[in-house]
Amino acid sequence: MKRLISAALAVVSLLSFASAALAAAPIKIGALFAVTGPASFLGEPERNAAQMVVDEINKAGGIKGRKLELVVYDTGGDATKAVQLANKLIKNDHVVAIVGPSTTGDTMAVIPVVEKAHIPMISCSAGIKITEPVKKYVFKTAQNDTLAVARIYEQLKKERKSKVAILTVSDSFGSSGREQLKSQASRYGIEIVADDTYGPKDPDMTAQLTKIRGSKAQALICWGTNPGPAVIARNAQQLGLKLPLYMSHGVSSKKFIDLAGDAAEGIRLPSGKVLVADLLPKTDKQKGSLLAFVKDYQRHFSAAGDHFGGHAWDAVMLLKGAIERGGDTPDGIRNQLEATRGFAGIGGVFSYSPRDHAGLTKDAFVLVEVKKKDWALVK
Amino acid sequence: MKSDKLKFLVFCLVVFALPLPLSTGYLTNVLIFVGINSMLALGLNLLLGYAGQISLGQAAFFGLGAYGSGVLTTQYAFDPWLSMVLVALVVAGFAFAIGFPVLRLKGHYLAMATLGVGVIAHIAFNETVDLTGGPSGLSGIPNLSIGSFSFDSDLKNYYLVWSFALAVILLSLNLVNSRYGRALRAIHDSEVAARVMGVNARLMKVQVFTLSALISAIAGSLYCHVMTFISPTSFGFNISVELLTMVVIGGLGSVYGSILGALLLTLLPELLRTFQDYDIVVYGLLLVCMTIYLPGGMVRGIPALLRRLVPARSGNA
Repeated sequence: MKRLISAALAVVSLLSFASAALAAAPIKIGALFAVTGPASFLGEPERNAAQMVVDEINKAGGIKGRKLELVVYDTGGDATKAVQLANKLIKNDHVVAIVGPSTTGDTMAVIPVVEKAHIPMISCSAGIKITEPVKKYVFKTAQNDTLAVARIYEQLKKERKSKVAILTVSDSFGSSGREQLKSQASRYGIEIVADDTYGPKDPDMTAQLTKIRGSKAQALICWGTNPGPAVIARNAQQLGLKLPLYMSHGVSSKKFIDLAGDAAEGIRLPSGKVLVADLLPKTDKQKGSLLAFVKDYQRHFSAAGDHFGGHAWDAVMLLKGAIERGGDTPDGIRNQLEATRGFAGIGGVFSYSPRDHAGLTKDAFVLVEVKKKDWALVK
Repeated sequence: MKSDKLKFLVFCLVVFALPLPLSTGYLTNVLIFVGINSMLALGLNLLLGYAGQISLGQAAFFGLGAYGSGVLTTQYAFDPWLSMVLVALVVAGFAFAIGFPVLRLKGHYLAMATLGVGVIAHIAFNETVDLTGGPSGLSGIPNLSIGSFSFDSDLKNYYLVWSFALAVILLSLNLVNSRYGRALRAIHDSEVAARVMGVNARLMKVQVFTLSALISAIAGSLYCHVMTFISPTSFGFNISVELLTMVVIGGLGSVYGSILGALLLTLLPELLRTFQDYDIVVYGLLLVCMTIYLPGGMVRGIPALLRRLVPARSGNA
């Protein structure tokens, strides 16, 4: 008798399994984020935001009745690991698309893998090399450095400042920024009178700043991610450096104001619109997405949503759009991604094309200034 | 002697048969890196385990090999095989030259000096942007190929890398069992005694340092052609420390110990992924436990532990 019951149970459970599988196999999406290591300030909000939006899509019934399944791996910001994990996502987990990686280095390492396997990837890192030249299966959501540099130079030109000093960090973010600052300067009639770098872990930048003080610069542009720029802001204040200080979008989060304290006052930087979502005019196309993202992130993680999380949010939403429009195979998704036009996300309004896999214009950035320990729009 | 040959043959067979059941999985990809790490760990073990000289700068030679091959093949259109040989020779020459002053130092001072070499190399990879691409890395490195046969898949690269690794293992086995190897161990135990016995300790230390740099450079060249992309983060101080951990955990002065150490430290993070956010804690705990309970490394520690456990159990029964 006992045997009969267990056999019956087995049959029933098998049937229910089979029917569940028939109803809708989940669509598997891979994610590579640097959740630990030096780039964890990127990877953690990205993982949070990606998981948050996937959960929400599933709660709302999935995409065409199929749930999404997000497989997240931590690269630790190590290129070798990123390659191994990309292989794992493709060969073991059989994902149809990959979100991430978080850093330009990891992304450049993974590109040959996804190109060979024909798996679409939406990177969350900023380096211009990722999509220039265009690679068939590689897209990105983080704004190009070119656009951020253009935003700063435009403002300087408006204020008739033509001599600048630049101080950039010696990592992939800083060297890419330095390249852009140098190559775009002449277009805006700007001359770089001092060009210095600092190490990502340097505790004091007084030496570089003293040198810059002796130059004829009318403004200082610093390119780096936390905590370096905060140190520079403090050092500049200690030295009584009177130059207007511009930072990159790499520090556009509340963390920077916390780190720099009073020294942050008056510093300007180009930023994605997420920082100033509530200050934007009602006519802004992104305002709806931005407010929803900020509110959601606050509710789930009791922290302010920043644009890093936004990159992952955009990537998952772009994938959702592509799958909805008829692609659930890697190649279908790739083709639909490329056909994306006018998607108003967190990082900007995305329009991909066969010649542009970055998809943003310089409207993606606004120039903000730190006023009374908060962000304000520069008009 | 005969059992040594048999052991090596069995090992070769295992290496060649291993990917057959998992040819499509990503494990083949991980095993490629196990092969590269094995070569690096062996290179360090010859220096540290046999001659007793520490080096915290192995990542420098690994990186020089990788960047040398990468830069020559992408910027100057050199043949990959030719550049591999050239780079290996140049790196070996470089190691030979710095070996004389550096290896005069002992203990902590030697560790500091080699650490310096590693740090300088890492800075050089970062700062020579025009040549190496700087922190954003160097991409577009070609795969190795013989005629029209290109090593463009994981499986092909697995056999390529492990052929080199096996050659290095064979070389090391022969070396440590020779008169030369015995002299190295004599230096390890007492440099003064070795010199009294007529061993040219100073020259031999530099020679084995050079050999270890040569092996690391070849591993670096292979790494860059397998990855087709390199960036300075792969050649930092933490890599030198990881290699040191592989050698110590596997077993100082044991050729197969280094392979075991490389296998464990490369696979362990993959196996621990089930612990999710806590994997790094478990990883650390495991390493601490291993150094406490398996002194002398896994090759000696595991048999010793078994011997201790087995009689204890029979005693209870």
